[in-house]
Amino acid sequence: MKKIILIAALSLTLAACNEPQSKARAVYLLLDTSGTYTREMDKAQSIINYLLATLDSGDSIAIARIDSGSFSEKDIIARMTFDDRPSTSNQQKRQFKAQIDSFVDSLRGGSRHTDITGGMLQASEYLRETGAGEKYVLIFSDLEEDLQKGHIRDFPISLPDIHVVALNVTKLRSDNIDPRDYMERLDLWKKRVDEAGGSWGVINDLERMDHLIAQR
Amino acid sequence: MFNEILTIWSDQAGLSAAIWLFILVFVAYLARNPAHSLILSTGHAIHAACRLFATSLRHLESSLQRRNREVVLALGEDACERAIEREFHRVNAVVTRDLSAYPALHRQISDTIDRIEEDYQAATDVPPLPPEWLQAVDSIASIPRSGDATVCSILDNIGNTLENAHRETEKAYRKTTLGRHKLLGAMQPQWRKLGHSLARVKETIDGLDERSLEIDRQMAAYEAIRKSDDTIARTLSSSSLTQFFISSLVLVIAVFGGLINFQLIAMPMSEMVGGTSYIGPMRTSDIAALVIIMVEIAMGLFLLESLRITHLFPVIGSMDDSMRKRMIVITFSILAILATVEASLAYMRDLLALDREALTQSLAGNVIVAEAEFRWIPSLGQMIMGFILPFALAFVAIPLESFIHSLRTVIGIVALALIHSLAFLARLLGGSARQASRMLVSMYDLLIMLPLGIERLITGSIKSKQRIGDSDDGVEYLMEEKS
Repeated sequence: MKKIILIAALSLTLAACNEPQSKARAVYLLLDTSGTYTREMDKAQSIINYLLATLDSGDSIAIARIDSGSFSEKDIIARMTFDDRPSTSNQQKRQFKAQIDSFVDSLRGGSRHTDITGGMLQASEYLRETGAGEKYVLIFSDLEEDLQKGHIRDFPISLPDIHVVALNVTKLRSDNIDPRDYMERLDLWKKRVDEAGGSWGVINDLERMDHLIAQR
Repeated sequence: MFNEILTIWSDQAGLSAAIWLFILVFVAYLARNPAHSLILSTGHAIHAACRLFATSLRHLESSLQRRNREVVLALGEDACERAIEREFHRVNAVVTRDLSAYPALHRQISDTIDRIEEDYQAATDVPPLPPEWLQAVDSIASIPRSGDATVCSILDNIGNTLENAHRETEKAYRKTTLGRHKLLGAMQPQWRKLGHSLARVKETIDGLDERSLEIDRQMAAYEAIRKSDDTIARTLSSSSLTQFFISSLVLVIAVFGGLINFQLIAMPMSEMVGGTSYIGPMRTSDIAALVIIMVEIAMGLFLLESLRITHLFPVIGSMDDSMRKRMIVITFSILAILATVEASLAYMRDLLALDREALTQSLAGNVIVAEAEFRWIPSLGQMIMGFILPFALAFVAIPLESFIHSLRTVIGIVALALIHSLAFLARLLGGSARQASRMLVSMYDLLIMLPLGIERLITGSIKSKQRIGDSDDGVEYLMEEKS
């Protein structure tokens, strides 16, 4: 009997000593600000509002834009890790919303190029630094990459344990002529994300965002 | 592989199988006696083992039954002792409260009776005696009048005097009668007072009488328990089961109350200890809320224990009164403080919920409406619930004690039923094994019926020949005897 108690006590101690996996969530939203996508900002705002309502204390969020060269800290519009206390966290959410609203109001014209890969690399770095248990990269874009001359992005990227979700992937005019272009674009990104160690998903209907982030 | 073995004797499967069957039957015939012994001894061994197992289970069952009986009787004895003690306490309280004032009451009753007696004596109807000279006057008045005017006048005067005297006497008598009536009227409240006092005494005596009857009943039950009466053991056992189900029901209700309490304080607790740290799979704030509820229940346990309502901790029960009173004050204070903390947490929960709702509304782009008029009602309700629930949970000690006590009996009964079933199964298995071994022996003989039949034929013919031989020998013997 004493041995059983001793073994149980030791097991409990060892279980308590294990490094607990973080239960926090981190979301990095990439907003395509090129060309016609600037007109879709109201949808992006509703996505951000949804994220703010879903995330809790201890979770992290960052919003960054995709422009000609997105692998830069300067492209991060706003980022925040919510406080432990719910009341403070609510205040932070209000501040965050105000920041985003001011960015959207100040947005004039789109960038000439679209560097999605750079944005994803930046997202991967940010998410790794948060140390969150669940990591998400949300891409609000048509997924058509248009790199500036001289920028090199055709190398394998690393997105370990990151859920990458493409939102509101609009069909380009050329997609209507040949839908295979659209399919190929999605397949190409799925392949890249899978090879990078992440998981891939697409949500075009923003009404179905309920299951985007795992609820606690 | 099987086919190869089957066709080892011939390519024709049927023929080969027949040869195998023949060999098998022949071998079985040869091994008949040892096989029979093996089957029968195996069956017997299983039967014996099962019987042994069943017997040991029966022993265990009877010892468990004894233990259950002892537990039930011990619980009953304890309950009886407590009930008798309680009754004596009540009798003591009645005696202290009512009969301690009995001497004063007795004096009061005696005084009242004395006063009534005095009044009665004073109210005795004594008719007034006519004055002594009235007789003489009456004699003179009855003297016949001779016609003399003087004598007539004297006699008239005497008559008038006599009438006046009577009138005076009647007047005096009426006056004294009125006085007596007044005295009798003054006696009425005294009677009533006496009646009330006697009714009070009767009430007290009746109460004591009821208590003594209850004590008699409890003492009879106690004696029956001491004598280990079967009927009382059965009654106590069924009472334990009833207690078990009732206390389980109340505990389930308490668990639901605890869950509501947890919901009230879990969210605001994250404001105090943070909402992001975890201990194992649970949030620290949830654990903190649970700890508060557990501490409240523990304080409730100690409080009821100190009040001697429950008897879970003999150490507390056996403390001296001053220490116990100190403990009552301390546990009640902690409980009150925790209840206040809970009430404030419940209020904070309401504030947080409002803030969150406002944020959600603003994120959804809705215009924030003015605060509802009766919004304070749910806030106040939550605060009251937060304050009341800890005290309600404190009373969980009472059903918990009943549950723990009755659980011993219930576990005993369940274990008894299990052992009884096991013993029955063991006996069934043993009997089945013995019957199966007999059946297998018959089946074995059925398999080798052909060689057995031949054997019987051969042995039968040999025996008949022997019998004929024996009878021939007998005839020859008789012939020799005759000769």
